[in-house]
Amino acid sequence: MTEATLRVDNLRTHFFTRHGVVKAVDGVGFEVHAGRVLGLVGESGSGKSVTGFSILGLVDPPGRIVAGSILLQGRDLRTLAPAEWRTIRGNRIAMIFQDPMMTLNPVLRIDTQMIEAVRAHDPVSVQTARARARDALGRVGIPSPDERLAAYPHQFSGGMRQRVAIAIALLNKPDLIIADEPTTALDVTIQAQILAEAQKLCRESGTALIWITHDLAVIAGLADEVCVMYAGRIVERGTVDEVLDAPMHPYTRGLLESVPSRNRRGVPLAQIPGMTPSLVNLPPGCAFRERCSRATETCLTDPPLYFLDGRHVRCFHPIHVEDEAEASK
Amino acid sequence: MLVYLIRRATQSVVVLLVMSALVFVGVYAIGNPVDILINPNADQADIERAIKGLGLDKPLWEQYLVFLKQALLGDLGKSFVFNVPALQLILERMPATLELAVTAMLIAIVFGIPLGLWAGLKPDSIAGQTIMTVSILGFSLPTFWVGLMLIMVFSVDLGWLPSSGRGPTQELLGVPVSFLSWDGIKHLIMPATNLALFNLALVIRLTRAGTREALVQDYVKFARAKGLSDARVIGVHVLKNISIPIVTVTGLQFGTLIAFAIVTETIFAWPGMGKLLIDSIHVLDRPVIVAYLLIIVTFFIVINLLVDLAYSLLDPRVRLADAKA
Amino acid sequence: MSDERVTPDAAPPPHPSPWNGEGGGSAQANAEETPFYRIVADFAASRIALVGLVIFAVILAAALFAPLLSPQNPYDLAQLDVMDSRLAPGAQSADGKFTFWLGTDDQGRDMLSAIFYGLRISIGVGVASTLCALAIGTTLGLLAAFFGGRVDSLIMRVADIQLSFPAILIALILLAVLGQGVDKIIVALVAVQWAYYARTVRGSALVERRKEYMDAAACLALPTRRIVFRHLLPNCLPPLIVVATVQVAAAITLEATLSFLGLGLPITEPSLGLLISNGFTYLLSGKYWISFFPGIALLVTIVSINLVGDQLRDVLNPRLQR
Repeated sequence: MTEATLRVDNLRTHFFTRHGVVKAVDGVGFEVHAGRVLGLVGESGSGKSVTGFSILGLVDPPGRIVAGSILLQGRDLRTLAPAEWRTIRGNRIAMIFQDPMMTLNPVLRIDTQMIEAVRAHDPVSVQTARARARDALGRVGIPSPDERLAAYPHQFSGGMRQRVAIAIALLNKPDLIIADEPTTALDVTIQAQILAEAQKLCRESGTALIWITHDLAVIAGLADEVCVMYAGRIVERGTVDEVLDAPMHPYTRGLLESVPSRNRRGVPLAQIPGMTPSLVNLPPGCAFRERCSRATETCLTDPPLYFLDGRHVRCFHPIHVEDEAEASK
Repeated sequence: MLVYLIRRATQSVVVLLVMSALVFVGVYAIGNPVDILINPNADQADIERAIKGLGLDKPLWEQYLVFLKQALLGDLGKSFVFNVPALQLILERMPATLELAVTAMLIAIVFGIPLGLWAGLKPDSIAGQTIMTVSILGFSLPTFWVGLMLIMVFSVDLGWLPSSGRGPTQELLGVPVSFLSWDGIKHLIMPATNLALFNLALVIRLTRAGTREALVQDYVKFARAKGLSDARVIGVHVLKNISIPIVTVTGLQFGTLIAFAIVTETIFAWPGMGKLLIDSIHVLDRPVIVAYLLIIVTFFIVINLLVDLAYSLLDPRVRLADAKA
Repeated sequence: MSDERVTPDAAPPPHPSPWNGEGGGSAQANAEETPFYRIVADFAASRIALVGLVIFAVILAAALFAPLLSPQNPYDLAQLDVMDSRLAPGAQSADGKFTFWLGTDDQGRDMLSAIFYGLRISIGVGVASTLCALAIGTTLGLLAAFFGGRVDSLIMRVADIQLSFPAILIALILLAVLGQGVDKIIVALVAVQWAYYARTVRGSALVERRKEYMDAAACLALPTRRIVFRHLLPNCLPPLIVVATVQVAAAITLEATLSFLGLGLPITEPSLGLLISNGFTYLLSGKYWISFFPGIALLVTIVSINLVGDQLRDVLNPRLQR
């Protein structure tokens, strides 16, 4: 098997606040290979965005990475000096943020923002950089790129802006792109277009893609592998087909069942009872315990990440294993 | 853009007219017009003649029109004390005041922005906290007291700088300036610094607040995610965003600077418009007071207009919105 | 923006500011905690602000009890001896009865006593003018917000024009026209300040007016005056308190500046500004104490008020609440 583009092991990112230590990311690990899409799924507060920022070393104080390794093609990013980090960001790893209105500087022109992204990593002339920017805009499907380059962000629609953000991510042909909920703020139709573009571009250029989202439907259509996160940990990890067709972790099943389209009319919508726990005061043992119908005394201790049926699951009572065992009795 | 300019210019003219009416009312209706325009030491016959000559026996609105006409022709009355047109007196003193105000503004910006940036980037450091504390002092300390202390320390105790007056002047583009000679600079430093203090504190606070706000914005994080150097992130992305409010506020403050110059000029015996005003108030040379008022009002209106223009030039979002309007 | 990006489910990091000494935390949320208690607790979290408050309290006491505290009544001509004039700090009086701790001025007045009396006048004028401006400005602002339309436009237009000119200019011109005197300077200070209160109150009142309790009061057919003053006003108070506190310092500074320029109070009622002005001519010959000590007194007063005002602003700002 070829080496993974990105391999994360036991990543822990903690925030040291006045109210206590918030373990936003607590022992997360996964791999992404070239040309493949990994989906990182979870609710708000699950730690998925912080994971993305940790990979790029962009965690703001009072947070910092306290443990773990982040291997980009074998090289541990945690050992990098700040200057070396700058050669990685925007170059070997690129990131797409959620709200393009806020991520593009409103007082600078589009070409300024794209040209600087090129010249920060490759000392070419302004004209060459501009040409590359124009090409990138063309690749993401933006018409009349020359006019668009001279414009300001607020003159674009939401979908266009996000395409610009994707174009910027592609400028330096990175090995890995981390996309943090890039379509959440957009219309469903635009969302579909962007997803199709992203998939196509990854396959063509062999870039690895991590897509962070809370929307399972997006993952279903886009990703190859999926990690489900809850309260800072990965609770299930496997290929998309397996996880979505036959979820093993009760939380994953809950997520799938609460998607409205899966319900029949007239039947009350399924919900996962309870609320996400406060990350400052995590209950002992499994973080999902208090909301889980399958919880027992065993769940008062931390469940390790088991490897079952080609999948990883963090649960003492994963679904199919026990039910099959029941059925075969 | 042109439409915007014309609209603003028209508004300004209206405000100017209103202010002139107010000044007129203040001078002619509230105060005793005889006292205000005629030298109180003249004898009765002269006073009668002056009243007729000034048209004070005519109805109020007619007097206002005369006032306006004369103002437009540049005649704002004659000083009692110097017996020259008040307008001319003020124009003679204006370069001195402007020199002081512009220098003070430059000091505030040149020192204020870097200090504010530093305090914004490292708010918890000793330097950052010191800068903020000093800026609070700059706000709170009364300008005149600081001026006195400056004189006490630098003129009396240390003897480095002269305690009053303006240095020798030379013509620059037809305007007499004093900063071209070392002696002139020595005279200029203390009053300009004194005048600058309040604004310096303001610029520091503004820059610090703006920097702190900007640093947590997504576009800064995104710029870092692109791998840009810190210098570029701060020097281009942050600075361009915070420069908008800073420019607008400092621009508007220029008018206040000219007003505060009154105090500074009095302390340092700087021969500007402000000192002229105070002297005139003390000797009741009212035509000069009226002339000063009108000129200052015009100044303010022009400054407001220029700042609005600058704002629309700097912020592309405003510029384009107006073009559509 | 999803808030799990920074600190999920936890409070935002402590607000760094020079006044948040130890990044102070407020008391644990308590069901019986009244807003007043919480404000006091938050205020006390900053040591520097507390120091400011204490200093101001001391100064206020000194001003109020000036006749009792001063070794000498500096305005009783019978007590003055011109032989005592221009003595350095720490000198003895000619008749050896007491020490002039802070020196004397050109008329033989004890500076310490003069400062106490001067504080009285400075603070008195500052507070009086602030209270008047507060009353007038608040009323006008409330009326503007409540009635809207033409009333609003008129009041706010006047306020805006006035606020676009520097206070010192307006005060100067008013005093030039009105002349000298305590009442006249208070009028000038009020004229300069009312617009701040009007604008502030109007802003809050416009927001509050849309809230449901105002509709409820209207439904009860309460008289307008009652609705405005008993229902609307208390909810607009927090920013007003902040502005008023800071404005007291500004009023005191402005009065001092005007007196220094010779336009404010007459010589019979010298505020600190006039004392400083008196000493100006002696500064150049090295007799610094005549200007210096009143200046320090003025400074300490203003800075302590500003410290309190700054912390009040942070405490009462709803956007900084956790």
